[in-house]
Amino acid sequence: MSRPAPRKPEYHKINKDLFVLTYGALVAQLCKDYEKDEDVNTYLDKMGYGIGTRLVEDFLARSCVGRCHSYSEITDIIAQVAFKMYLGITPSVTCNNSSRNEFSLILDKNPLVEFVEELPAGRSSLCYCNLLCGIIRGALEMVHLAADVTFLQDRLRGDSVTEIGITFLKKLDEKKYRRKK
Amino acid sequence: MVDAVLFELLHTEMVAELWAPDSDLDPGPGGQRTSLQVLEGMGFRVGQALGERLPREMLAFREELDVLKFLCRDLWGAVFQKQMDGLRTNHQGTYVLQDSSFPLLVRMGSGLQYLEEVPKFLAFTCGLLRGTLSTLGIRSLVTASVAALPACKFQVVIDRC
Repeated sequence: MSRPAPRKPEYHKINKDLFVLTYGALVAQLCKDYEKDEDVNTYLDKMGYGIGTRLVEDFLARSCVGRCHSYSEITDIIAQVAFKMYLGITPSVTCNNSSRNEFSLILDKNPLVEFVEELPAGRSSLCYCNLLCGIIRGALEMVHLAADVTFLQDRLRGDSVTEIGITFLKKLDEKKYRRKK
Repeated sequence: MVDAVLFELLHTEMVAELWAPDSDLDPGPGGQRTSLQVLEGMGFRVGQALGERLPREMLAFREELDVLKFLCRDLWGAVFQKQMDGLRTNHQGTYVLQDSSFPLLVRMGSGLQYLEEVPKFLAFTCGLLRGTLSTLGIRSLVTASVAALPACKFQVVIDRC
């Protein structure tokens, strides 16, 4: 072992597979531990939240994104920079309302489900990739943005696309005094 | 490599969650054993799957020692972006793989603090090694020990029956 082995192309694939396979093993374990789909979904979201709060530091260190001035900019960065960086995909972004605080990320490809053909029997409400929602939510909260993040559509559950909805709520450091409507 | 970050964070979260105070698992010694087994079992599944994805030509090993060298060099390189720092054997089926700076322990600090916490951070990886060996047709028992973070040793005992 005196000479380091040359970096073979397979290494990259193995490395990417490691995360996807580990995630699959995790979901399988959670399905064993929890009978209800909602409980597994909640657990995945919670774990994702924990990951997101730490991932954001790594992201900011690597990406050098500047200050954002709108929710739309932030969503674009999530889709075009963050997803690209960590999962190698670029979801497309749509804005769902005129107040411009509700957005959708449409995932054409999803590496997390690469080895999943269909949901396990009896698990039709499982949000297999719910970790992603938690990650986004946790990361946003670390930069003082509260948001609801959920799967609006999921190909694994029979929908035609996989769509993550992000609804930005009021900023956490909002003004102290608000006039009542 | 960015993928490594995702895996490390996922691994940390998995370890933390299996030890959560509100989990159904009994937090006593019996529960701890179970949690370690769960993590090891998950690592085993992943190791098997990784083993199945390796190109066939990588797997033409002449002898057992070559397999262990493969784990130290290629598997470790692919999974942790570094090689094992040492490999020892008694030539009777027991191997000790040494990593002076195991990536999953590096964040925990160095020295003797947190030694009690360490087993749960090693269980998954022990399973990973055991699973990959299993795909290569080798049954084994893999354990790990730490004298001082972040250095650790993985002991592989081959079942030659």
